Amino acid sequence: MGQIYFIFSMSETTVSEANNGNDSRASDISEATIRLAGNSQDGIQSIGGFLARLAGRREREVMTMMTIPSTISGGASIFQVRLGSGEVLSPGDKANVLFAFYQHSYDNHVNNLTKGGILVYDSDHVEPCEEWLTKYRHIGIAISSLTVEAIGGTARDKGKNIYALGLIAGMFSLDTTKLERLINERFGGKGESIVKTAMDAFQAGCRYQSGDISNLFRLARGGAERSNQVVMSGNEAIGYGLIAAGVRFGAGYPITPWSDIMELLRRELPKYGGSFIQCEDEIASVSMAIGASYGGHVAVTGSSGPGISLKTEAIGWAVMAEMPLVVIDVQRGGPSTGLPTDVEQSDLNIALYGGHGDSPRVVLAASDVEDCFYTAIEAVNIARKFSVPVFVLSDQAIATRIEAFNEPDLKTICKDVELDLSPVPSHKPYDLSSGDGLSQHRAPGTRIEDGRYPVVTGLEHDESGHPSGDAVNHIAMTKKRRNKLKTLADELPVPEVYGADSGDVLLVGWGSTKGPLLEAVEELSNNGDALSALHIKHINPLPNGLDAIFSRFNSVYVVEMNDGGVYGYGQLAGVLRARFADARIKGINKTAARRWKVSEIIERVKASRAEEPVTA
Amino acid sequence: MSDSATIEQSSQDAGERQPVTKKEITADTPTWCPGCGDFSVLSIYYKLIQKRNIPHESVTTVAGIGCSSRFPYFVQAHGVHYIHGRALSFASGLSISRPDLHVFTFGGDGDAFSIGGNHFVHTARKNVKMTYVVMDNFVYGLTKKQTSPTSPIGFKSKTDNWGALDQPVNPMKLAISAGATFVARTSHTNPKHLLEMMDAAMDHDGFSFIECLSECTEFFAGAFDSSNPRKGGEFKLMPEDHDPTDEAAAYAVAGEDFPGRFGIFYQVQRPTKNALETGVIEAAQSKFKGQQAHDILQANFNKMK
Ligand SMILES: Cc1ncc(C[n+]2csc(CCOP(=O)(O)OP(=O)(O)O)c2C)c(N)n1
Ligand code: SF4
Ligand SMILES: [Mg+2]
Repeated sequence: MGQIYFIFSMSETTVSEANNGNDSRASDISEATIRLAGNSQDGIQSIGGFLARLAGRREREVMTMMTIPSTISGGASIFQVRLGSGEVLSPGDKANVLFAFYQHSYDNHVNNLTKGGILVYDSDHVEPCEEWLTKYRHIGIAISSLTVEAIGGTARDKGKNIYALGLIAGMFSLDTTKLERLINERFGGKGESIVKTAMDAFQAGCRYQSGDISNLFRLARGGAERSNQVVMSGNEAIGYGLIAAGVRFGAGYPITPWSDIMELLRRELPKYGGSFIQCEDEIASVSMAIGASYGGHVAVTGSSGPGISLKTEAIGWAVMAEMPLVVIDVQRGGPSTGLPTDVEQSDLNIALYGGHGDSPRVVLAASDVEDCFYTAIEAVNIARKFSVPVFVLSDQAIATRIEAFNEPDLKTICKDVELDLSPVPSHKPYDLSSGDGLSQHRAPGTRIEDGRYPVVTGLEHDESGHPSGDAVNHIAMTKKRRNKLKTLADELPVPEVYGADSGDVLLVGWGSTKGPLLEAVEELSNNGDALSALHIKHINPLPNGLDAIFSRFNSVYVVEMNDGGVYGYGQLAGVLRARFADARIKGINKTAARRWKVSEIIERVKASRAEEPVTA
Repeated sequence: MSDSATIEQSSQDAGERQPVTKKEITADTPTWCPGCGDFSVLSIYYKLIQKRNIPHESVTTVAGIGCSSRFPYFVQAHGVHYIHGRALSFASGLSISRPDLHVFTFGGDGDAFSIGGNHFVHTARKNVKMTYVVMDNFVYGLTKKQTSPTSPIGFKSKTDNWGALDQPVNPMKLAISAGATFVARTSHTNPKHLLEMMDAAMDHDGFSFIECLSECTEFFAGAFDSSNPRKGGEFKLMPEDHDPTDEAAAYAVAGEDFPGRFGIFYQVQRPTKNALETGVIEAAQSKFKGQQAHDILQANFNKMK
């Protein structure tokens, strides 16, 4: 089966002029970005889900972007899907096609169309505006009434999404057989009449024909088959990663956007003999997870925003008691209740330092959906080996985004760790002898043959876990807890520099800024400008060798979705400045509750370079 | 969970072993003040472990923070000294994931009913299998005499020089209304009764809660004299005809004036959280018989292609 590409049968300029979709003027483009704007109850996310799945099955990279409204229902909702044949790094800044279901969708999103983009609107709800009519190709379709016509009068707004999916399938000549199969899979469990209604809506959408819509796009076949891909959201990838790594217990309390992960684990873990417990609050959940870790299996807890704050005392205990634990933090806008459904990277500090006392813990940040899967696995393995709490930072943007990635080889990745309760002659839970800081607990149920049983504790303790206020002991134990992280740092790979290995400007990022950063490097190099980027996944401990990289550039800009604070640099920049005492490390920050756009990063760097004298 | 094979193994070994001696189960010398009621609870705990002849290594003692919560250091067995108020949550995670263990949780009245009050309610209603003994001294001992949630009105503490103002928590009523399935009350001054309650609690399949009056000789001396026959008081058992499955009757007895009654106020059978979760696991696993983790996960991934 050949691969299908979307090819716009127009160059950007032709369309802005007229309605003459002229095939001869078609230009091949490697990607298409479609934005659907409506209300949350319209189920437009599921259109995106279908397209992402179709693209995944089509062995094509896909990245989708979804913003969910902070109100439960009735709020505005958008879904953007970008389908590309090359490496798709970040959700497209602007859409080539906008589907506007309501007037507000039209009014608010028309600006997000590329020059010459196409605007499909529900003519039952939207009154196009004069100004835009001349700028964008407009296609009005009575989506609401045509849906009602197709599936019957009582459905109200239901089914509109599937009708629109049919429209899109028609417009882009998508593989309707595959889509019908997906629809069957999706609604199959809900009864025959539901499947039939959905199918009727879909087919009616597909059949919709008008001169306007049919000539716009042309299909082409070609390109090599991609290897098998799976399609999921970042939250799903974290959940499945934890399971793959052998996590069999978790506990949590609902909060957006973390809840999906706990829902998934609650549903899936029993299949593997495990449990996920919904607790009365975040303190109970982190405590239950730590209790299960003490029981012998690395356990997980997680949250977002305020829930992370509540867990800090218990995480400090896990640092002190050296208990393995994975803490997932799906960051959202803060502080306090903040912006529950918007993206921000402002929890780095709490992940690193949240809690009283000197409490070294590991902090990892996932960069995209695929990386969520592997970061979760790595976190579990580090927690196990180093007996330490490990934070995984994700964020709202990757949590709900759907991406396709190469199917992992589950057979080699999956672990099902047996509990080892074999008797030991003697045991010190806080053995100082190794020097690298590492020690392992023996789970309760383990017979200690010399009869000296361990106590795990948050009080400063001696090697067997008994309280000790001795200064020399406290120094030794503090060093042990810190040395573990040094041992880990020595194992970490030095991150690679994207773009030239040395030069004028190095952009540094963490977490979901990776895509936009790499794209900025690419975009500038296409224009003949040089810019390099470095993405840091292991934030605590930092990998060795960063100073050598920084020294090869004149300026280092840390691009973050958090506040530049009183002194003008953000949370990672603060860590790097403290670590390397390098004043060339500067911050490029934003708290606009939206992802970085590639263009924005480039503009900000340019502005910043213009302000300061270029150091040679 | 998947640990049953190893567990049976270890219990069998234990069966062949000599019963654990008091010496073997005794650890650090308690740091409590002389005469502190907590000593009796500790020695009854030793007795219980010896009497029940449970495998030494499967006895797990969990505590929060407080004088009473230092308990695990004094027991030579796997032990946990967790954070203030959250011991029940820790113990729940342990109990649910390790049904083979005997999980005992100890703590004070502040730990249980103030900072940990919400966890008490939810552990009770979830009926997580464990025994929870609250050593209730009506005062904050470790932090040196502040008002506790069980301090009687008028008790002069450092935070209420003029006498405590707030209505105290009634632990029996709280436990019954929260849905605890075993609710008992005893006192450190009556070791025989204390052992009887601990024994019954251990037999109970579910969350078994014991309030044990335990005098703080340092900061609230004489608090429980009225329940101590040696101090001229009366140790009043539950009414002869009390039906422990009668919630309303239990609640009524719990409302009697201090020092109230001692014994099992309330006991019913309800599926434990442990059993309910095991049921969920069994139902889920029945569809994946003989499959390994990667097969089960692969089935999900196949749907996401
Ligand atoms: C989060 C937190 N807040 C406060 C404390 C200080 N603190 C330790 S024990 C305690 C109260 C102890 O009273 P109780 O639980 O009745 O135990 P007792 O000492 O009387 O046995 C307090 C307030 C703490 N350790 N942690
Ligand atoms: S302060 Fe009170 S509760 Fe604490 S050890 Fe002394 S007597 Fe016991
Ligand atoms: Mg007390």
